[in-house]
Amino acid sequence: MLQELKQSLIASAWFVFLTFPLLAVRVNTTEQLVEWRLMNMLWVALATFFLSYLWRHALARKQARTKVAEDGSEKQSRTRLLMEDMSFRYKAMGVLLVFALVFPLIFDSYQVNIMNLALIYVVLGLGLNISVGLAGLLDLGYIAFFGVGAYSYGLLNHHFDLGFWAVLPVGGILGCLFGVVLGFPILRLRGDYLAIVTLGFGMIFQIVLQNWSDFTMGMAGISKIDYPGLFGMDMGIPGTIKYIYYIMLALVVFTILVTMRLRNSRIGRAWIALREDEIACVAMGIDMARTKLSAYALGAFWAGMIGVLFAAKQAYINPASFGFMESAIVLSIVVLGGMGSILGVILGAFILILLPEYLRAFAEYRMLAFGAAMVLMMIFRPQGLISNIRQKYEYQGNLKEETDNG
Amino acid sequence: MDWSYFLELFLSGLTRGSIYALIALGYTMVYGIIQLINFAHGEIYMIGAFVALIVAGICTIYGFTGVSVLILAAIAAVIYSSAYGYTLEKIAYRPLRGAPRLSPLISAIGMSIFLQNYVLLVQTPDFLPFPNLIPDFAFMEPVAHIIGSPELVILVTTVVTMILLTLLIKKTKVGKAMRATQQDMSMARLVGINVDRIISLTFVIGSSLAAIGGVLVASYIGQVNFFIGFLAGVKAFTAAVLGGIGSIPGAVIGGLVLGWTESFAAGYVSSDYEDVFAFGLLVLILILRPAGILGKARKQKV
Repeated sequence: MLQELKQSLIASAWFVFLTFPLLAVRVNTTEQLVEWRLMNMLWVALATFFLSYLWRHALARKQARTKVAEDGSEKQSRTRLLMEDMSFRYKAMGVLLVFALVFPLIFDSYQVNIMNLALIYVVLGLGLNISVGLAGLLDLGYIAFFGVGAYSYGLLNHHFDLGFWAVLPVGGILGCLFGVVLGFPILRLRGDYLAIVTLGFGMIFQIVLQNWSDFTMGMAGISKIDYPGLFGMDMGIPGTIKYIYYIMLALVVFTILVTMRLRNSRIGRAWIALREDEIACVAMGIDMARTKLSAYALGAFWAGMIGVLFAAKQAYINPASFGFMESAIVLSIVVLGGMGSILGVILGAFILILLPEYLRAFAEYRMLAFGAAMVLMMIFRPQGLISNIRQKYEYQGNLKEETDNG
Repeated sequence: MDWSYFLELFLSGLTRGSIYALIALGYTMVYGIIQLINFAHGEIYMIGAFVALIVAGICTIYGFTGVSVLILAAIAAVIYSSAYGYTLEKIAYRPLRGAPRLSPLISAIGMSIFLQNYVLLVQTPDFLPFPNLIPDFAFMEPVAHIIGSPELVILVTTVVTMILLTLLIKKTKVGKAMRATQQDMSMARLVGINVDRIISLTFVIGSSLAAIGGVLVASYIGQVNFFIGFLAGVKAFTAAVLGGIGSIPGAVIGGLVLGWTESFAAGYVSSDYEDVFAFGLLVLILILRPAGILGKARKQKV
């Protein structure tokens, strides 16, 4: 106990030292003012004192857990058993779908609009989940494909007056095409290099958007993009928001269905195998190039499609929406929710997008919390909130008898 | 060919390049030992610059000026950056040793976002003017139109730091232990090297180099904000990869090549696309020669 106290005190003192200049002092060099905020130090001392206690316990628990897991006596939790129960899953999905369908009828346009935003991130998360979660290709420039979709609608609508429905598949295909073109040269790269190159691509994309004013209209962005039309009906703003909501919902359901089927398909299992062990996977006769490219391109496809919808929803786009921070948000959705898990990613998107919207007071701490959450998740729960359930095939007959006979 | 313009670009590339090299060393050393891209390294650099700004700000407001302030600010920056680097490793990377490769990388990205927003929240989202701490030397006057005192200070500091670092790694016992850890961690542990301490030390050294870079850049460019670390970090990483990650002379060569590329591209082609050239170079080098200029291609063993 005394030992614990001592360790916490040391940690507390260390963090007070660490945060002292940044937290306690603020200088204004133009007006020659120094602002001392020594009260902050007290909070840091108190907070780190208790947090360090928690931290050590969490680490100790984690270690104990890995020991148990090594013994092979891991018990299945009840929620987990419930999730594996198919009839429960279908019932829950039915309830959720009905709720989603009546949602815009119950709530006002403001709520529906926020939900639209969250649904965009659901689709983005599910798309990125294909490359990061399933195939293990860390993509830090994912938002560029989203930008490709948004700009293809923005530009085609601006110059050629093309409608939303015509551009929707075009956006998806263009995103996909970009994915293949960018994916080709980087197939050989290992995980961390891949992350940096995709980050580079993302940055280049944004810089080009900002500076190529003749084509992309630069920083000013594209405004007055048409809302999606429904046989030329005029629905007004609330009607349009609801209409967009239903399009979005349809797209989300479509995405969920496709990724769910993909995950259990031949190519999906190839992705997972590639993520687990590249060399073994290639040795089993899986075409690495094709598998990686397809993961990349399919992820990009969803981003392109939802980009078109994003442009239609906002009616205005500019390069600021397609920066690294957006990529980081989508990545933290996937990481927080659980890499590879569809339900987890959906939950992650709702938590990360809706929580800051409703807790306005904490909105400015949003990115701080995201960053901390990414670190903590990796350390304590790398599988995410809801871990991906691998399909298991159990042998039906009596194994012992057969070996006895054989 | 306009030679004075060429010379100007050459020198500005050299200055930039040596800063990139200073930051790149941190990446290279960490990568060499634990094969991790320390994404938060750019943030350590930014924190160094901020601490220097705060110390220098307090000093100037209370009436101190001159070289002593620069030295004091630099020392504070080095102390704090290395403390942050040490803590960063202990919190975000050490518990993940032995985890799948993607985990520490994501943790590093998270830490980078966290530190950026931490500085944003507790300090300011605006650009802060950084006092010019590097004095104009009298003996530099005859050549002042070609190379100014700040550039000279940056170049000299970089060269001296490189020499000290090389000596540390090649000649001292600690350096030997670092090299041993780099080659084979479990073997190093067997011969009695405290691997955890060596890794911490690597972070401390890398972070203090970044802090020196931060102070120099901040007083050269004249402003800091919470986001400067990100771009500088990515570019320094480019430099490290360019020269061959894990190799110390490689980081220097990579930094210089990157500095010149940017400088000449901005001068002769278009300054709007300066960053595009840097990232383009990164993408090209990773695709064509992932091992870098001085790096050895590692055979993949099964």
